[in-house]
Parts: sequence; structure tokens; C-alpha cells
Amino acid sequence: MPKELWKGNEAIAEAAVRAGLEAYFGYPITPQTEILEYLSRRLPELGRAFVQAESELGAINMVYGAACTGVRVMSSSSSPGVSLMMEGLSYIAGTEVPAVLVNVMRGGPGLGNIAPAQGDYYQAVRGGGHGDYPRIVLAPASVQEAIDLMVLSFDLAEKYRMITMMILDGSVGQMMEPAEMPAMQEIRRKDFKWATNGAMNRERRILSSIYINPPDEEITNLRLLSRWKEVQNNEVRYKEYFLDDAEIIVVGFGTAGRVALSAVREARAQGIKVGLFRPITVSPFPFEALDQLTGQARAFLVTEMNTGQMLDDVQLAVRGRVPVEFYGRTGGVVPFPDEILNEIQRINTAPIAADSDPRNAWLMRMTAPHSSPLPEGEGAKR
Amino acid sequence: MTTPNLVYERPEAFTDAPTHYCPGCTHGVAHRLVAEVLDEMKVTDRTIGVAPVGCAVFAYNYFDTDFVEAPHGRAPAMATGIKRVLPDRVVFTYQGDGDLASIGMGEIVHAAARGENLTVIFINNANYGMTGGQMAPTTLPGMKTTSSPNGRDVETQGYPIKVSEMLSTLDGVGYCVRRSLHDPKNIRLAKKAIRMAFETQVRGLGFSMVELLSTCPTNWGMTPVNSLKFVEEHMIPAYPLGDYKVSDAIKQIKI
Amino acid sequence: MAVKGWIEVSDTYCKGCEICISACPQAVIELNMAQLTPKGYHPAHTFKDGCTGCAICAVVCPDAAITVYREITKVNTPVTA
Ligand SMILES: Cc1ncc(C[n+]2csc(CCOP(=O)(O)OP(=O)(O)O)c2C)c(N)n1
Ligand code: SF4
Ligand code: SF4
Ligand code: SF4
Ligand SMILES: [Mg+2]
Repeated sequence: MPKELWKGNEAIAEAAVRAGLEAYFGYPITPQTEILEYLSRRLPELGRAFVQAESELGAINMVYGAACTGVRVMSSSSSPGVSLMMEGLSYIAGTEVPAVLVNVMRGGPGLGNIAPAQGDYYQAVRGGGHGDYPRIVLAPASVQEAIDLMVLSFDLAEKYRMITMMILDGSVGQMMEPAEMPAMQEIRRKDFKWATNGAMNRERRILSSIYINPPDEEITNLRLLSRWKEVQNNEVRYKEYFLDDAEIIVVGFGTAGRVALSAVREARAQGIKVGLFRPITVSPFPFEALDQLTGQARAFLVTEMNTGQMLDDVQLAVRGRVPVEFYGRTGGVVPFPDEILNEIQRINTAPIAADSDPRNAWLMRMTAPHSSPLPEGEGAKR
Repeated sequence: MTTPNLVYERPEAFTDAPTHYCPGCTHGVAHRLVAEVLDEMKVTDRTIGVAPVGCAVFAYNYFDTDFVEAPHGRAPAMATGIKRVLPDRVVFTYQGDGDLASIGMGEIVHAAARGENLTVIFINNANYGMTGGQMAPTTLPGMKTTSSPNGRDVETQGYPIKVSEMLSTLDGVGYCVRRSLHDPKNIRLAKKAIRMAFETQVRGLGFSMVELLSTCPTNWGMTPVNSLKFVEEHMIPAYPLGDYKVSDAIKQIKI
Repeated sequence: MAVKGWIEVSDTYCKGCEICISACPQAVIELNMAQLTPKGYHPAHTFKDGCTGCAICAVVCPDAAITVYREITKVNTPVTA
């Protein structure tokens, strides 16, 4: 198919339709509302289900219901709305039904703002809902990648009977880029052995997340973990840029990774041996790939649009063997390539102790009266 | 095949499992009536039930239909998700008063307002049975519960919510009635209402709900038989039985 | 003469709640104190003649424990094809 100019959010919506999305349930929230608006027109046109729910709580439970019947179903929201969905996500995970969710993250905590941010990394990757459950989290950095990962989300969710969440931010959501749409998939309802779609000519089925007998719940949690092992073995995805001879390795996902790439290009032009590692699956996190890169690296620089969340995962992979540094902008502020370039140059010239705490060191730099990138005087005040 | 001299037997839409309900709890009667209606309408094999959080959390063990189990209060949203992708199936929720009228008030109101073709069986037993008898939105003024130990004080704890009256104001609602399970005559009327509610759904005539005044002998601290009297003497005056909304199209239904 | 009926109360389901006892118009049901169900309840049973097979006990029973039969006075003529 030829490339066309697509706006991120609408591209995501259309990609979902082409992947066989049969039902969407959502609630308006900036900066993802275009997904809901687009589908409010597109799905009914195709005779598929669209409901603007009364809340994100309603939306995620509609997703839960539809997911139990085995159709491809999704919702989308932004940070505060996703928080409200956590109850449903935990139930969906506990019931082992496939569901897809898009979080176009914004500045937080609280109501925050609508600017691009990555503060929901922990919520997406580590937890959110109660209980012990894994989930797949994909982080696109461009419109094309968002399209491709949207399609992949449905396949992965179905294959592993697991929540697949795509996290991006408003800058990818609102960005116009030339991109290629996949072909329209026909809707083929699969005959899942677990789906509750009416007990016609078969034994009845029950879908629930209740295991009143603790040993049964334990078995369930272990089953989820075993399935997660499979995901870890088969589904890790990332992108490498200029890594062949890189001694400084920048790690960033989504928009932060995209911005970092510009900085890395510039640093290369200046002769610095630096490369970029961009996780696409932030869950499962590419621990093994980073572990191997540790052998060649002099230092890592993690860049995020939060106060250092994926940083934890990078440190887990690096295990103190070489220094890990951090640079973040947060609350809806997007870093400029120059800021990251400065960090690369700093790391390139000044040796850093492997045991320094990168988050503390970054906070000190952010709030120091002279070097802070914050507006004049702000660093000192805080 | 029925034996020629059989007058009444356990409905086929029931599984063999004995219920976990306390002796004399009319949750059981409500279950049985739903099962009888599914049998009469021969829809068991295309019915999907949605169980609540509450004493009826294990409802899925008792009906011989597909079943899912919703988070507390969210059954109408889950049912919406199911019904929207499988419009030819019969979808019902079974919810208590804490589930439906407290934590799930948003979900029920909007499912009703959207006119979702669902059937809701709403069990009003004036308390949170499962968690040990705390005050519910439906607890009667002055009624003692474990969280209103001196009796519900309307000044500080508010007034009971009359769900059928409220929902019947919504245009999406086709059928909305209140019945009681306290004696044979009322149980028969309740069953008719449940039948009408399911008929409303299969004809696509909008949202249908039957509110059933029900007992909780255990938490009310009464014998099952005295609990039935309590329903008659105290619940019905506060929650008048009646047809709160029966749309014209539904009035034409002959069964 | 009144119609003759009888009931069977299932040991599996009956919880001895006594609702059927108070509902029976003929007052022929009581709890069988000489018997315990597997769950430990005294089940309901008819202790004297007079059941009409009206099924009111089954209508009120919360546990669908009662099956009701009624004696057929008129013999059905078999339907032939
Ligand atoms: C989110 C959440 N909050 C609270 C509970 C605890 N809880 C379980 S059942 C219940 C009350 C149920 O009462 P009701 O809906 O009236 O049903 P009943 O048991 O009376 O039939 C509560 C509060 C829960 N399971 N989930
Ligand atoms: S606690 Fe109350 S509502 Fe729950 S089963 Fe027992 S009697 Fe019924
Ligand atoms: S009403 Fe049913 S459960 Fe209760 S005593 Fe009679 S037969 Fe047993
Ligand atoms: S069938 Fe009627 S008369 Fe016979 S035991 Fe039951 S209620 Fe009593
Ligand atoms: Mg209750």
C-alpha cells in the first residue's frame, strides 16, 4: 500500500480497524480523543460496535465483557483515564482474556496537563491494577511504528490471552507523518476454547477471576508467570542505532528515544562513539540485549520524559558493571536534542563513578543554580 | 420427558450444584425463577449471565449457561460489551443493591439510559449481605446494620434510593418493575415479571429490570419465615410494588 | 374428594429453612428431626396425609429442593399417530 499522510491517533484507530477490531469502548480525554472520534464514525460504518462509555470504568468493563466473547476489542485513554481502568485491567488479567489498550500519556500526577510525558511507565510495566499479573507493553516512536504495533497488539493479546498496552504520548498521537497502512483483515471469529459466547452444542463455560481456594489462585499466578516466560523468550523487540562501535549507549523509548536519536546523530558528527538503544517492548524489557551491550559500553545514558522509571530496568540489566547516567524532563516537558547532546558530551569527557546514584545526580544538576535547564532561578528555588 | 403426574420439578436451566446461600435466603428463589423462565423460553443455550460481587458472586455455579463474573458494580458495563458484539444472545446481569445502587450506580444508569437490550435482576435486600450486613443505599431509615448500629440516621446517612422509580424516568428503559419474593402469590408475579423482562430483551425493546425485594435472614438476625414478614411489613411500604415503566410495545406482548 | 398429591424433598438441596412449612395450606410439612442431610440440616418432609399437590411449597422453596407429584384421577388415553 502507498504511503499516506496520517495523524498518529487516527492512524492508530484505522490500523486497529484493519487488524479486525470488532468493538471499541472509550471515554474522551486529551490527547487521545481523536482515536475515539475516528472510531465513532468508522466502526458503525462497518457495522461494528462503538460505545462512548459513561466513564473509563465503564469503558474498560465493556472491553472486559466483549473480550470474554473472544472478539478483538480495545479501548484508549490517557493517563488519568488509564488510572481509572486499573480495576478492569486486573480483572481482565485474572480472567486471562485478551484485550488491547492504548495510553496516550500526558503530564501528571493528578490532572496534570495534556503535554507529552512518560510518567506512566511504572504503572504500565510494573503494576497499576492489584494482584500479580504480567502484561505486554509496546512503545512506538513514530506514526508508522504505532500502526505496526497496533496490529501486533491484537495478535499478541490473543496469542498469550493477555493485556497488551501501547504507550505513547501526545507528540506521536498528534504528529502527522507519511505512513503505510496494513491491508484490511477480514473478521474471522476464532473458535476459542474459552470464550463465553453461548453454550450452543457444547458444555457451558465460565469466565471469572475468582479462585476462592488459595492454592488454585497460586496455580493461576504460576500459569500466568509461565506464559510470561514464553512472552519474554519470543516477543522482545527493540531497535539499535549506531551501536556497532558505541562506547556510550543512550537508552530511551518512544518520544524520548526519538529525540535522543537526533542527539546521537549530532554527537556522532562530532566524533563521539555513541549509539542508541530503543526498547520497543518495554514489557517484556530487553534485559538480555542490554546485558550483552554492557560488555562494550563505557557508560549508559537513560533518557526519559519522567523522573527515571525505565532507568530501574536498565540498571537491573547493567548490574553496576558500568556507570548508568540519567537525563529526564518531566511533567509534560519534552527535552530538546541539545540537552541530550550536552549529557552525551559530559559523559564523554568526565568519568563517572559506577556506584553514583544517577537519579540523585540528575536531580542535583536539575536544581543546581547555574547548570539547571529549568527557567532562570527555578532550579535553586526547588 | 416429563412424567405424567409431575407437578413441579427443579428447572433444567439449573446445574446440580446446591447453592451456598444461607438457609431461607430468597436469593435462591430469584435464581429459581430466572432458571424457570430460561427453560420456558428455551434460551439456555444462548444465554450469557453476568454475576455480581455480592452474595450472588457464585451465581455462575448454578445456571447451566455461559457465565462471566464482573467486578463489583460493573456487571451492566460487562453485559453491554457482550451484548454489543453478540446481539442475538440473551444477556442478563444479577446484582445486589450494594452492587447496583452504590458502587455500580453509574454503570446501571447509563446502561439503562442507552437502552441496552439487557435484562437486570436486581436483588434489594436492604443491606450488604456478603460482607456481613453493612448499610446499603437501600437500608430502611432506622434499620440497624453493622455499620449503622443505632439504626440508619437519615440526617447523617442519607435516605434510601428507590432504584426502580429512578430508572423508570429514562427513555432507554422498556420495562422496569418492582416485585417481592415474600409469598407464593408475589413469587408468581415476580416470575411473570422476569419473563416479561426477558421477552423485552429478545424483542429488542430496550433495557429491562426487575427489582426483587428479598430477604437476608442471616444479617437481619431473623428466622427465614420472620424475614418474609419483615419484607411484607417494612420493605413493601418503603418500596411499593408495581410497574414503574412498561412501554406500550411491551404491553402488547402476550405470553 | 380432594386431589391427592405428594412431595419429594431432596436431601442434597434442602436446608431446613421451614419456609415451605409455613406456606403449605394443608399444614402437612414439618422438619424431620430424626434425619440429617449431608450438610447437617433437618430436612422437610410430609408427616401426614392431606397433600394436594398444589406445589406452593415448591414455589416458595429457595433451594429448589421440592418435587411435587399429583395423582392422576382420570386415565390419559394414549395419543396415537
Ligand atoms: C471494589 C470492591 N469494593 C468492595 C468489595 C467488597 N464487597 C464484596 S460484596 C460487597 C457488598 C455486596 O452487597 P450487595 O450488592 O447488596 O449484595 P448482597 O450480598 O446483599 O446480595 C462488598 C462491599 C469488593 N469486592 N470490591
Ligand atoms: S448473607 Fe444474607 S443475602 Fe447473603 S446468602 Fe446469607 S441470607 Fe442471603
Ligand atoms: S423450603 Fe425448601 S429448603 Fe426450606 S425447608 Fe422447605 S424444602 Fe427445605
Ligand atoms: S404440594 Fe401443597 S399441599 Fe402438598 S406439601 Fe406442598 S404445599 Fe403442602
Ligand atoms: Mg444486598
